[in-house]
Amino acid sequence: MLRRALGLLPRPIAAARARSFSTDLPAAHTADATFMEAWNKVMPNMDPPKTPLSFMHPRPPTPSSIPPKLTVNFVLPYASELSTKEVDMVIVTATTGQMGFLPGHVATIAELKPGVLSVHEGSETTKYFVSSGFVFIHANSFADIIAVEAVPLDRIDANLVQKGLADFTQKLSSATTELEKAEAQIGIDVHSALNSALTG
Amino acid sequence: MASNAAVPFWRAAGMTYITYSNICANLVRNCLKEPYKTEALSREKVHFSISKWTDGKPEKPTIRSDSPEE
Repeated sequence: MLRRALGLLPRPIAAARARSFSTDLPAAHTADATFMEAWNKVMPNMDPPKTPLSFMHPRPPTPSSIPPKLTVNFVLPYASELSTKEVDMVIVTATTGQMGFLPGHVATIAELKPGVLSVHEGSETTKYFVSSGFVFIHANSFADIIAVEAVPLDRIDANLVQKGLADFTQKLSSATTELEKAEAQIGIDVHSALNSALTG
Repeated sequence: MASNAAVPFWRAAGMTYITYSNICANLVRNCLKEPYKTEALSREKVHFSISKWTDGKPEKPTIRSDSPEE
């Protein structure tokens, strides 16, 4: 049995040609040649229309040495909190635990849990409480953090948090359906995270 | 193939990620201090008008301005 397993081993290696990963940088956008020719024939004096792709900046390539700073884009559905800000480190609360990202971090995708996001730049730290979201670290030390709701810690009202925690703990014990239990559990999770954010 | 890894409790209860995420966001918004709280809740208000169609024609629309669904 082992000998057959050994026989199988070399095959994947031989078959692994360098296929591009979806996380690799897309090629920089070049205008479509056939479209340009057709356009120039019909309208030689007018500039061709721009396509959405041409407005997008291609992602900067992965540098060969680790860059000194992490570039962070922190966006919410209604505002762009940080836009290409150069920082030293970012610490997020992922579902798998607290994660810190330094420049040169391996490309990662992490789902965030309700918790604190802290952005460290020099000697100052800005903390936000994030309700949930995702963080994408790219190989070129760009970090995209997307959250549905994120507030600086000083905007959180401790009394409302305590009240909410008590409410949901009570709801959990009186919940009957799976859905109610799940909602109560979510309430408890969020409020206890808020609590530890305020006290921690 | 690996069988489904431990699913999060909300998915096991039949909730989708979007519902979970929106619930979390609403809970956080409800715990804000005063001026920020009213700002956040009013920002998330949804206004929409519904009109039922019969025989290919729209009937009179009704305007709803519910607070967003949890």
